Amino acid sequence: MKKNILKNNGFQTLLASLVCIVLGILIGFLVLLMIEPSGAFDAIMSIVKNFLNYSRANLQIKNLGKTLVKTAPLLMCSLSILFSYKVGLFNIGAAGQYVVGACASLYAAIAWQWGWLPCLLLACVASGAVGALVGAMKAYFNVNEVISGIMLNWIALYVTNMILGNVKAASNPYTRVLAEANKSAILPTMGLDRVFGLQYVSIAIPLAILFAVLVWVVMNKTKFGYELRATGLNKNAAKYCGMAENRNIILSLAISGALAGLGAAFLYLTDIEQWKCTVSAVPQMGFNGIAAAFLGGLSPIGTIFASFFIQHITEGGTQVDMTMYCSQISDLISAIIIYLCGFTAFLKLAMNKAIAKFESKNAKERSTK
Amino acid sequence: MLLLIQYTIIFTAILSLVALGGCFSEHSGVINLGLEGTMVIGAMGGALLMRMLPDGTPVFLIVILVILISIVVGMLYSCLLAVSAIHCKADQTIIGTAMNLLGVAVATVIVKAINLSINPDDPSSIVQYVAEKQAFLVNIGDFEFNWFSLIALVALIGSYVVLYKTRFGLRLCACGEHPQAADSVGINVYKMRWAGVLISGMLGGLGGIAYIIAGASEWKFENGVAGFGFLALAVMIFGEWKPHKILMAALVFGFFRALGNVYSGIDFLSNLNIPSAFYTMLPYIISLVILVFTSKKSRAPKAEGIPYDKGVR
Repeated sequence: MKKNILKNNGFQTLLASLVCIVLGILIGFLVLLMIEPSGAFDAIMSIVKNFLNYSRANLQIKNLGKTLVKTAPLLMCSLSILFSYKVGLFNIGAAGQYVVGACASLYAAIAWQWGWLPCLLLACVASGAVGALVGAMKAYFNVNEVISGIMLNWIALYVTNMILGNVKAASNPYTRVLAEANKSAILPTMGLDRVFGLQYVSIAIPLAILFAVLVWVVMNKTKFGYELRATGLNKNAAKYCGMAENRNIILSLAISGALAGLGAAFLYLTDIEQWKCTVSAVPQMGFNGIAAAFLGGLSPIGTIFASFFIQHITEGGTQVDMTMYCSQISDLISAIIIYLCGFTAFLKLAMNKAIAKFESKNAKERSTK
Repeated sequence: MLLLIQYTIIFTAILSLVALGGCFSEHSGVINLGLEGTMVIGAMGGALLMRMLPDGTPVFLIVILVILISIVVGMLYSCLLAVSAIHCKADQTIIGTAMNLLGVAVATVIVKAINLSINPDDPSSIVQYVAEKQAFLVNIGDFEFNWFSLIALVALIGSYVVLYKTRFGLRLCACGEHPQAADSVGINVYKMRWAGVLISGMLGGLGGIAYIIAGASEWKFENGVAGFGFLALAVMIFGEWKPHKILMAALVFGFFRALGNVYSGIDFLSNLNIPSAFYTMLPYIISLVILVFTSKKSRAPKAEGIPYDKGVR
């Protein structure tokens, strides 16, 4: 008998994600309609089209490059969320670990004049340490990782503002531009900048994809990954089988933190953006990572596409008509998508039930013939 | 010093309100991580109403209307959690996180849209309520008494009575400890959980409006409520999910939060020359330390966060 494609788990996940996207955009459109009906259609189209809004080919590719530059850190953040979620931990602290990564890499680059590779490594270590702290508190003191993560997000933000305030430009609240402060800290581009006609396109993008593949390999093909997934599925069973539960919790959150920190370095070491030392809210990047991770069906490979999509609509959001709407409409769509992703399991269950009903009905008809 | 007491009281009140919200929801078996978002939405409802009310509105009416609208908006918003967590077995952590992000996004979009429609040159997400704010304050000498302190006190006593002395409260707690057992004696678990989440939305919305009124006379909604909803959850954990202990926990946190607001006015502290960022961080650091010491022996309701499944034994 031919296997029903609807029964395939991967296909169901994809379908559920597509439903989330469509519903998310639809609700976003309704909100736009409520604010100002006349421009709503144009606005939702510019969000969905993003770089395709430009008519000239070279501008299109340049803006695609810009989206990709920001996709790399988002992908790293969503890998971070995904990695810890496989162990049954929800690392909402990724947003703060991202901030720590930005702090470490920028401070090393500007104050100590380090090259790009040591800067990346430092970001990795610093954020990994924060992740490990969350893990240790969870493992040894049973502190809810979501609450400690949020507390550390705010602590990280204030500490970062304080530290990076020492390396900021004289005339504005941003950190110094790397092109002037320390050229050697800018990530190498390996010709990618010429392909896109944008000097910020660097090896960060292929590296991020490489990390996605790496995470997939670690999760699915190694003993360590197996232990992590086992701990996530049933903590007690894993413990009973002799897996070091506490060690796994701390290690997975440390790796998760390191991934988020690398993400920040991938953004700030391209020099496309500088850290604003007066910023009063934790950057959205880490939270969007949650959206991308769940939208990608919690698979590292699916996350690559989901990250691109989320960044695509976020960038598109900056192109809506600012006299009527605001760019936060994309944040709203991302938030709705996360909300809907909470229903994925329910949706799959409903799908399987419907299929089973349909099949039993078919079987009945066949037997009566 | 008087200022410190004044701020400690109001922050304690807000933290208790929101922590009680979390407490009701968790006792019914649903983790409400979306309190932060509920606060933002409640605050937005109240702030917008304050701006829209005509100038001559009586003080009493302002207070009642603003409180009512914040409660209603907060309850409506918490339906997002109730529907998904009670009926669709959704992961409550994801839903809560989504609600926090959504709260800030919705508030920003709505406030910006309204600001733009009033004045096309004003794309900010700020709502001002300088005059209306006074309705909530009573000056006793130099001391500003805020009506929300009284409301929080009533809520605390009320919660204690409801949770421990009424049939409803005991049934609610049963649903959070062992829903199957509760169901077997004829309690409708779904209804009880709805009640828990709605009460939590009500208190969350109330806490939200209280928070922005205590802080300033205008609010920028892009910033949300700066992790205050999560501080309240920390208070709830520290308070062992019990109203009278929540008050004690809220006092500790409220004091450190107030210190950040007024330390520059206290000679002894401003002479120490510690950067202001340290005081801003203080409540978060304290909460981390306290959580480390109190989470080990968690007294959380046993069935919290687990979707109710009638078929499970």
